[in-house]
Amino acid sequence: MILKGRVWRYGDNVDTDVLYPSKYLVTFDLSEVGKHALEGLDPEFSREVKAGDIIVAGRNFGCGSAREQAATAIKAAGVSVMLAESFSRTFYRNAINVGLPVLVVPGIGKLCAKGDLLEVRLEEGRIRNLGSGSELQVAPLPDFVLQILAKGGAIPYYRERMAPHGRVQDKTTGVR
Amino acid sequence: MGMTLTEKVMARNSGRESVSPGEIVEAAVNVAMLHDVGTPGVQEPLKALGVSTIPSALEVVIIQDHFVPAPTVKAAENIKLTQEYGERMGIENYYGVGRGGICHQVMPEKGHVRPGEIIIGTDSHTTTYGAFGALGTGVGVTDMAIVLGLGKLWLRVPGTVRVEITGVLGPAVSAKDVALMLLKEFGEDGLLYDSVELVGPAIDSLSMDSRMCLCDMAVEMGAKFAVVPPDEKTRRYLQGRTRKPFSEFHSDPDARFERSFQFDVSNLKPLVAIPHSPSNVEELDRIGSVSIDQAFLVSCTNGRLEDLRIAAGILKGKKVHPRVRLIVAPASRDVYLQALDEGLIRTFVEAEGTVTPPTCGACVGGHLGLLASGEVCISSSNRNFRGRMGSKDAAVYLASPATVAASALAGKIVPACRAKRRGAGRDPREVLS
Ligand code: SF4
Repeated sequence: MILKGRVWRYGDNVDTDVLYPSKYLVTFDLSEVGKHALEGLDPEFSREVKAGDIIVAGRNFGCGSAREQAATAIKAAGVSVMLAESFSRTFYRNAINVGLPVLVVPGIGKLCAKGDLLEVRLEEGRIRNLGSGSELQVAPLPDFVLQILAKGGAIPYYRERMAPHGRVQDKTTGVR
Repeated sequence: MGMTLTEKVMARNSGRESVSPGEIVEAAVNVAMLHDVGTPGVQEPLKALGVSTIPSALEVVIIQDHFVPAPTVKAAENIKLTQEYGERMGIENYYGVGRGGICHQVMPEKGHVRPGEIIIGTDSHTTTYGAFGALGTGVGVTDMAIVLGLGKLWLRVPGTVRVEITGVLGPAVSAKDVALMLLKEFGEDGLLYDSVELVGPAIDSLSMDSRMCLCDMAVEMGAKFAVVPPDEKTRRYLQGRTRKPFSEFHSDPDARFERSFQFDVSNLKPLVAIPHSPSNVEELDRIGSVSIDQAFLVSCTNGRLEDLRIAAGILKGKKVHPRVRLIVAPASRDVYLQALDEGLIRTFVEAEGTVTPPTCGACVGGHLGLLASGEVCISSSNRNFRGRMGSKDAAVYLASPATVAASALAGKIVPACRAKRRGAGRDPREVLS
């Protein structure tokens, strides 16, 4: 997957309460969820975001609650990939599960500014600032995660692996 | 090479001899916990997954706690959806309004938490169950759909961080202060992706209520799991609560810990997290004079019997400062009943506090005590993010139940130096049978 997009820049410890405020927790309708992405953090974002845009953040992005809408909202807003110094673990897996690529990129903050154009080669773990030409190379995502992303999320991934009678075909689970 | 408690449980549940940090496994899940926010949310991904039965080996528990009793029509619809799902699936472990309370208290109290098991919940504070030597962690609704449909989940094996706590806690401090101390040390992401194993004499001496408080707060440092190795106290708590057999796991002497830390808590002073981050921790006597509008004694962190006893011990025979609203939510129906029997509820009401039903309520900014702009609240809960408990222009300080109670009386944030810790450290089993 090669992704290209304009950068939105945010800092450290962006929490789920600003990404997707609690008052909308009772909402699950996708188009509605997307409208509230980053609402508590940057009102400009939901007005101006374009399909393919890239969010670049600091440490521990998405800390706080396990609410999946924090990731769903960003995906629904059209963001193609998220790059950060680190992600909270619940945000990280929610993002992968809903098919939003997330890559841990130490030093990403220095590579780009808001509005820069970035190119991300997901399978290779390579990020290039198309303006300045500077690049960063990180460990690519594990194969398992790339497979989930290639299918567009965990649901389609597991659906495809299930036999018609509703059982998963391989025997990965063990003792109970 | 040996394995840590965490690695052993993950290996066992993924049918492997051994696992090592960084690997991704698909592990069998023993228990799934859903609440009134997770249950409606999981319906769509479940439908998309196309599985309509729950694997027979999976124990499913549904607890209504976040927006109950319904503050809005939307919440009422979600409660209805939750109830319909529970009925449709024939979920036996179903705790509706008035029957349970806050999920992370109800789960252990009703015997759904056992050592050596993997417990997945639609709530970030599922780490609480580590107090019993279980691996508990929070997930979103897609993960939960996969758990409900397939009985398993993809998980990255975390590295284990060993945190040894030594020393004896002084009378004015409690597990919450230890949690805040760790937050000060590790920050919001110092334990990111890690499983933190809490050991040492100070941990051994803590009650199960206190251990739950610590494991609850571990997620504020980014931890995936927080575990306390099971001991005699764990077994005593579980007695009579569960009939299911379980296995206890302990880290091998030659297990590999990613990092190890040691803290002595003998001289620990009361701490407070100042707005707007739980890791923004200061010693209480260094924050100056902070007047408060509300004091909040609630949540899965500190709304347990031990906490209510400590607070009641401080409030007994006194009145809350005239400008302050004290709001108390016992964490569960059982805690509520016991607090009634012990006269704690009477103490709170006599002190002119308000006692709410066992619910998340204002902890999640839902209802029953939201904050207005410019207001200041001292809370025994776990998060003080901007806007979490009401207006985004309100300020929330996090502290121990003792500090919350003492501050409610004083009208400003003060430590409970001379507070009598009535019953602190007692095991709730002793009185809850
Ligand atoms: S009490 Fe607060 S932190 Fe605990 S589960 Fe409820 S909302 Fe979450």
